[in-house]
Amino acid sequence: MALKIKSLLDMDGLDREDITTILDTAESLKGISKRPIKKVPTLRGRTQVNLFFESSTRTKTSFELAGKRLSADVVNFSSSGSSLSKGESLLDTVKNIQAMGPDIMVIRHGSSGAPHMISRMVPTPLINAGDGSHSHPTQALLDMFSVREKIGRLEGLKVVIVGDIANSRVARSNIRGFATMGSEVWVCGPPTLMPPAIEKLGAKKSFDMDEVIKDADIVMMLRVQLERGSGTRFPSLREYSMRYGMNMDRLKSTPPNAVIMHPGPVNRGVELSPDVADGPRSIILDQVENGVAVRMALLYLLCGGANETSD
Amino acid sequence: MKLLIKGGRVIDPSQGLDEEKDVLIEKGKVAALLPPGEKVSGAKDLDAWGGWIVPGLIDMHVHLREPGEEYKETIASGASAAVAGGITAVACMANTKSANDNASTTDYILEQAKTAKKARVYPVGALSAKLEGEGLAELGDLVGHGCVAISDDGRPVHNPLLMRRAMEYCLALDVPILDHAEVLELSAGGCMHEGEVSTELGLTGIPEAAESAMVARDIILAELTGAPLHIQHVSTAGSVRLIREAKSRGVKVTAETCPHYLALDHEAIRQYGPDFKMNPPLRTKDDQDELIRALADGTIDALASDHAPHSLVEKEVEFDLAANGIVGLETILPVTLELVIKGKITPSRWVELLSVNPARILGLKSGTLAEGAVADVTIIDPEQEWTIDKNKFYSKGKNTPFHGREVKGRATAVIIDGKVVKP
Repeated sequence: MALKIKSLLDMDGLDREDITTILDTAESLKGISKRPIKKVPTLRGRTQVNLFFESSTRTKTSFELAGKRLSADVVNFSSSGSSLSKGESLLDTVKNIQAMGPDIMVIRHGSSGAPHMISRMVPTPLINAGDGSHSHPTQALLDMFSVREKIGRLEGLKVVIVGDIANSRVARSNIRGFATMGSEVWVCGPPTLMPPAIEKLGAKKSFDMDEVIKDADIVMMLRVQLERGSGTRFPSLREYSMRYGMNMDRLKSTPPNAVIMHPGPVNRGVELSPDVADGPRSIILDQVENGVAVRMALLYLLCGGANETSD
Repeated sequence: MKLLIKGGRVIDPSQGLDEEKDVLIEKGKVAALLPPGEKVSGAKDLDAWGGWIVPGLIDMHVHLREPGEEYKETIASGASAAVAGGITAVACMANTKSANDNASTTDYILEQAKTAKKARVYPVGALSAKLEGEGLAELGDLVGHGCVAISDDGRPVHNPLLMRRAMEYCLALDVPILDHAEVLELSAGGCMHEGEVSTELGLTGIPEAAESAMVARDIILAELTGAPLHIQHVSTAGSVRLIREAKSRGVKVTAETCPHYLALDHEAIRQYGPDFKMNPPLRTKDDQDELIRALADGTIDALASDHAPHSLVEKEVEFDLAANGIVGLETILPVTLELVIKGKITPSRWVELLSVNPARILGLKSGTLAEGAVADVTIIDPEQEWTIDKNKFYSKGKNTPFHGREVKGRATAVIIDGKVVKP
């Protein structure tokens, strides 16, 4: 049981088999987090460096817990602001970290493609924890894990992603991932938040939320960037919420088993009303819980753990 | 002292010539075009070895970075790179630090070029003071000191009234305005062409309309004022259509495009390589096809490199933070010659695009091998196969998307003012 990829840069490199391996591994590791002693020795002696060049709470915490539960030595490096303003280039920073001999690097960066640039310069396996508007593969994997756990399959499901598609790395990775696994993926939002040729990624497009959610199995709400309101993207948060927000009325128009998801953090009352967010159809907290298991699986599979299962 | 270039094919569309001739040069001028093999007493022979003898190539759009950013390029290093690339003359843009918006900077540029003794350097003066787009620079003084054109290149002229006045003012100076056409609000935050690749890569796109909308405005203003307008670095089919239509109505508009828009498209950015980032950005295959058609049918008049050297400090960074621009002086010849090899344009048309027309647009005396013309000549071996190697560039800038490209065609000698010049 090993992956074909050496680093997880985006969803493009993951085929059905690799995704299934990751989800199956996560399933077997999930139980560790439910034990009184939440720790196994799998990655003892391995060093995991979390490089966060963009602020993050849940993703960083999730990666840190994942590493620690596998007994890796976890080091966090955080830096905000671009490399240019900081005075040291991204490559210099990474080369310095590399010189200290990590076994795996987890990278979040505000610039699309930053992990790809780093992967060309250093030999260490990388996990992309979110780059610009490009990719957030661990989020997509934990979302797929959560859906598979809840519904039992991914094949043939109608997944509707609603919101700021243009600027969302979560949307891009989920389109790729769910489409690879045989789901029917739709994106929905105002035309001003829809990037050109989004269909080429494997999604269908709708501007009409009420229409598209009627027969959805999954409705994934995206966080709307509050500062985009009253600009040229949409008139106001009020109007956005009216046209593209998930609330009790809209929830009633979905099939009774439809599941509501959100990658967080939620703008309560904007894209998602509190009663829906906290209601029985929401699996938002399952997503967070499963994030740890999926990241444990990736650390295990990419950090050499998978190659030593025989001993 | 006489120089006889022999054994080559003279391609000079300025006089409708494409045949084997020997070229006699005397006192810095073309003295005569002679039948092949004719003896000339007292002349030193220069063998073209069966290659092309063409009017010296002119790159009408380069950035030489001096004064102010000499770590990227100097006038001397840029002029050497030009000669290495077979270019006898360049027009350098005004967006240096500080800008060439005053006569003393123009004097400085010309002085440095004279000291370098490499390619000819023709300064382009700023349109607005400090390129700020507020008020006119001292255009008359700039032209009086040797600027051959006016441009805020690097930035568009945002204010339509300023553009109108600049055009009108230039009527008295007999120089063209070189137009960087871009609507900044439409391109804001963008770092590549807006399309399916930008969507996939999660990079903010620059729509086609960011260029063509400004091309449309400036064509309309050129029509209003009657001033000659030259559109720089045309990258889109939309711009081509507007220029073609304007030309058909007799508007005094000319245009250039660059080798990278012809040889590459936005697919090249998939690896997030900063050496594929420039402004305007690499467009689609359809744009590329239309640009090539426009070169062949006369809509686009010139090929220019938009040579924009940067150091690793600006380029070895995240794609969206990397500086725009690539070097081109040492690659424009073989990369554009690919169009001739593929049969898209004739050798004669290629010489028009790289010599005759740039000279005509900028009002230079070169761009011809007619008897009595200034003896700027490029000799080309169109068959020579070689691999582009950025480490061998004379330019300080190594930021090329063409590193490792296998190409055909190379300058074997460059003659400026009647003398053989080495890089």
